[in-house]
Amino acid sequence: MNIVIRKDQWINLAIIASALWFIWFASTHFDEYTVRILNNIAIFTILAVSYNLINGVTGQFSLEPNGFVAIGAYVTALLLLDADAKDYQFDIESPYPWVLGLQANFVWALFFAGTFSSLLALTLSFPVFRVRGDYLAIVTLGFGFIIRILAINNPEITNGSLGLNDIPEFSNLYWTGGIAILAVWGILNIVNSKYGRAMKAVRDDEDAAIAMGVNTFKIKTFAFCTSAFLEGVGGGLLAALLTSISPDLFTFFFTFQLLIIIVLGGLGSTTGAVIGTVLVIGGAEWMRFLDEPMNFGLFVTPAMPGMRMVVFSLILIFVMLFAREGIMGKRELKDLFKKGKK
Amino acid sequence: MILELKGVTKKFGGVTAINNTTFTVNSKEIYGLIGPNGAGKTTMFNIITGNYQATDGEVVFRSEKLNGLKPHTIVRKGIARTFQNIRLFKTMSVMDNVLIGFDFQANYTYFESIFRFPRFFGEEKRIRKRAIEILDYFGIAEFAEHKATDLSYGQQRKVEIARALATNPAMLLLDEPAAGMNPAETKELAHLIRTAREDFDLTVLLIEHDMKFVNQLCDKVLVLDYGKTIFEGKPSDAIKDKEVVAAYLGDFAHD
Repeated sequence: MNIVIRKDQWINLAIIASALWFIWFASTHFDEYTVRILNNIAIFTILAVSYNLINGVTGQFSLEPNGFVAIGAYVTALLLLDADAKDYQFDIESPYPWVLGLQANFVWALFFAGTFSSLLALTLSFPVFRVRGDYLAIVTLGFGFIIRILAINNPEITNGSLGLNDIPEFSNLYWTGGIAILAVWGILNIVNSKYGRAMKAVRDDEDAAIAMGVNTFKIKTFAFCTSAFLEGVGGGLLAALLTSISPDLFTFFFTFQLLIIIVLGGLGSTTGAVIGTVLVIGGAEWMRFLDEPMNFGLFVTPAMPGMRMVVFSLILIFVMLFAREGIMGKRELKDLFKKGKK
Repeated sequence: MILELKGVTKKFGGVTAINNTTFTVNSKEIYGLIGPNGAGKTTMFNIITGNYQATDGEVVFRSEKLNGLKPHTIVRKGIARTFQNIRLFKTMSVMDNVLIGFDFQANYTYFESIFRFPRFFGEEKRIRKRAIEILDYFGIAEFAEHKATDLSYGQQRKVEIARALATNPAMLLLDEPAAGMNPAETKELAHLIRTAREDFDLTVLLIEHDMKFVNQLCDKVLVLDYGKTIFEGKPSDAIKDKEVVAAYLGDFAHD
């Protein structure tokens, strides 16, 4: 038993070490465009594994990511921009004095972004998790809309629909990749603990979980707040990567994309969420050639913008037809190496 | 005396599911709750476990009132249950199913599990060892890593009881444990319940239709009919009781 755990730990360390090496190799050797995509993949990995915690592992259908990512992005942007830069770019209304005073370094900005998101998640969970059913999906869907509308209609804080620009570009592959590794590690640690077991139990049979003494309200709240925290951090990284954010960035499509990722990878599997991110975010870039004119030898097709989304949807339909549980199902990486056991 | 129900009544709208029922279960007793379909047996279970609130009356467990407590709190006070239709966690292994029972007994915080503090490893090791002991007791340790729903029906029933025992209860509520079992399995189950009572220091309250099973196993039975108590006493006397026979087979006296 002990030896198995040790072996597992060695494998984990090897994976982390090779990921770190890859981050170093990519940021020193790859061109800017590739690094950009890798940055996106890293950020979406953070978002996907955390979204999967509430949606896949705990089985509470939720549509929250765009709301919390928006909050994280705005909090980080406001903390990173200095007073002069804010004063300069707030065109619609002049900012509140306290908005000008907000200032923190990158680490604290990300931390506040996450904390603020999870505090909001905590307040949402009190009304939502007292009842069962799909209320969470409805409430979080509405929450996303509300956040967007608040961002548009409070130009004194958010600069309205113009958004925030010239955010210092702190995000690089070391930050995004490093935090992604930490996020995956942390989420896997949760999943492989009594809390993760309780989350799965809530997903499988909530009544039976209660009959085992599990405080299901607490477990659901933990999962939701953890998701929100990492989504806030991911939003912060995104803001510091894109250098400009606006309310239009955080529409429902953002959540939808993450939903595709975790369903494709396999709801409930953290490994699947990572694979799904690489396929969807990386694949969407790779499939860009589909939008362009194509020469098939016999005939030439004109440029068709959006063609890759059509192909993408087709792939998704095929995955759902032939692998309904997604690529990984509910399995993790380690389950693939177990022999003769399911 | 470990469990005492005093004048418990449960009404659903205009329907009285349980009407002013009073009974006591003594420590280490195997107590049967029988009666025809719709007699209110499962409702009684749900009131004891806190899933329903009694309209009237009191439930007292180890001289503590249970009314108004949350179901998961009642489990932590020492009342575990199984379900009529087996309800295992279907995506999880047998081991993980049993480990859920230790959920509130493993002492580490959420934070400690995220950052893998030493206490996490110590506590996990401790509860895993105890889970293996329980699985061993039921003779299903070899299936620990199998998916729970891949096991046979009889074994799944054992996993469910093992999982309930993992919560370290003083009292075990079994809802039709022998349902769907063949006579050999039923006999084995009766033996298992009887030995588990000694080895785990248990009081057992069970619902059952199989009268042979009840006769073999129970020290005392309570017969319910449409929410009313019609008999309390030894199971062998119950089958001779006129009212009980009438409830089960129909009332011949007035024909």
